[in-house]
Amino acid sequence: MTEDLLRPLLTTSWRFYVLVVVLVGIVMLGVGAFAYQVNQGIGVWGLNWPVFWAFDITNFVFWIGISHAGTLISAILRLVNAGWRRPVTRCAEVITAFALMIGAMFPIVHLGRPWLFFWLMPYPTERQIWPNFRSPLVWDFFAISTYLTGSLLFLYLPTIPDFALVRDRTTGFRRRIYGALALGWRGTTKQWHRLESAMQIMAIAIIPVAVSVHTIVSFDFSMAIVPMWHSTIFGPYFVAGAIFSGIAALIIAMAALRKFLHLEAYLHPVHFENLGKLLLMMSLLWGYFVFAERLTTWYGNDSAEMSVFWATQRGPYTPLYVTMVICNFVLPLLILSFRKFRTVAGCVIASCGVVVGMWLERFLIIVPTLSHKYLSYSWGSYRPRIPEILLLIATFGAMGLLYTLFSKFVPIISIWELKVGEQPELTEPVETSDEAATLWRTHP
Amino acid sequence: MATPAMYGLYDEPEAAQRAYSELQRAGVSAQEITVISAEPFEAFEFSQRDHSLLLFRLAAVGGLGGFILAVWLVTGTSRAWPINVGGMPIVAWWPYLVIIFELTMLSAILTTVASLLITSGLPSRVDSLYDPAVSDGKILVGVPLTSQRAPDAIRDALDAGGAVAVKTTEFRN
Repeated sequence: MTEDLLRPLLTTSWRFYVLVVVLVGIVMLGVGAFAYQVNQGIGVWGLNWPVFWAFDITNFVFWIGISHAGTLISAILRLVNAGWRRPVTRCAEVITAFALMIGAMFPIVHLGRPWLFFWLMPYPTERQIWPNFRSPLVWDFFAISTYLTGSLLFLYLPTIPDFALVRDRTTGFRRRIYGALALGWRGTTKQWHRLESAMQIMAIAIIPVAVSVHTIVSFDFSMAIVPMWHSTIFGPYFVAGAIFSGIAALIIAMAALRKFLHLEAYLHPVHFENLGKLLLMMSLLWGYFVFAERLTTWYGNDSAEMSVFWATQRGPYTPLYVTMVICNFVLPLLILSFRKFRTVAGCVIASCGVVVGMWLERFLIIVPTLSHKYLSYSWGSYRPRIPEILLLIATFGAMGLLYTLFSKFVPIISIWELKVGEQPELTEPVETSDEAATLWRTHP
Repeated sequence: MATPAMYGLYDEPEAAQRAYSELQRAGVSAQEITVISAEPFEAFEFSQRDHSLLLFRLAAVGGLGGFILAVWLVTGTSRAWPINVGGMPIVAWWPYLVIIFELTMLSAILTTVASLLITSGLPSRVDSLYDPAVSDGKILVGVPLTSQRAPDAIRDALDAGGAVAVKTTEFRN
């Protein structure tokens, strides 16, 4: 098992280089678009009065949502001690780390003068900027920083024993690098106990933090007195949507790893089936939230809110809205409700639909509202331009590139956790007396 | 200072457990026996020691420290530089709870990681008692050799467990 799972680290095929070149090419498209934007100014985007948030903030919310795939799901599965989690957790945790980095980049990309990003930092200077803790944007900073720090540590800690495995199998420069990452890990009983305790604590701590992060992202909208934003449902609605899109991203990532790294022996169809069930449940929950939100708005019949409402039901955004409902609700329901369709391929198709649908959902939360504020004189429209589209495409390329490089240099499946999962179950409690005869474990 | 040690390598945790028990019978205390493996074996006695709630307690203390720091930060800075925002109070507890919560959790997380590293002796020296065969799935059961302890008795105990190899080495504490 160890050799099999370390194979991607110790051998490199030409396909890896081709994939990296393609992904770097996609990322460079985004870098080029960003350079063009910096050179020409943010006017090269389609943003214009009254729509000042569009693709950029959609990408921000979308990627922060995707980040919920990993740490949150992994922490929940760890706490409930779900046995099938073992091959899944690290694949998931990696998504969190990279998705957060990509998402957190957008508030800076979105600045008209991104090179002055440090002006955002709240510290006392001659500019007299001082932390305004009442601003949701400052809450964002604290929440995302906490979640990113916690997620990186949550990813790193259980990787330490695996780094030690790689350290002992490599030589020269690689041995020194992996040795440094392993921190001199030996695997004494004390170290194992401390690591498992730490992971338990981290799992307990990270779940409320993960929930808070997307709640706070929703507060960026719901704290504003703007039609269809100022809603108490936004916190749980965003959290549910984030977990929903996160599970979809996890299924796609796992299927890609299974295919390209030949991990069929570890990522079984049952893992996809279980995640498919979770995705189906989240799809139903998402549908419930959308229905509750839309029904309440429609029943209230407030003119400002109804103008946004009708923009998505009978207006210019209707095709996007219908696509969103099909992708997020109809497609998962049709595929995942039936056991015979909950295959790897079925789950991947449903997940691809959900990723598209959830991006559209974020877009439809932001743009129709901003283009239909209270007074009709301030209504407007928005149409994306090529730099924005390239930036969006580049984020997917960046995710793929970071994920590919990570799985090349770090065991993408936790080897020691998988081994623990293969230990036979006890048939009776272990005695702890001094008598050797009673000490040994009884195998089934 | 280098300490001489003797250790056995075992294929199965049952064999490591036998050696562990034999060593105790030979008069070696549990605290002196080092067991190293590439995976935790919670079901065996050699793995039952070193359990502690220390990390949980330290995490709670860390969280409390973060809470106090956060309260000081948000109230102190607001009072030092009062800004009127939308008619809200200068110290506005509802929005401040968000910051206080995040800093409390961040502090608990960082304390947990620091406690893990310190109490596990990480980062550790490379010349501690260890054998790379552990990475191949072997379980190491080792004992420091002191002047009061007969090496033959230790070797016998390690062999009695069914060691695939018994070696002597030196390590630094």
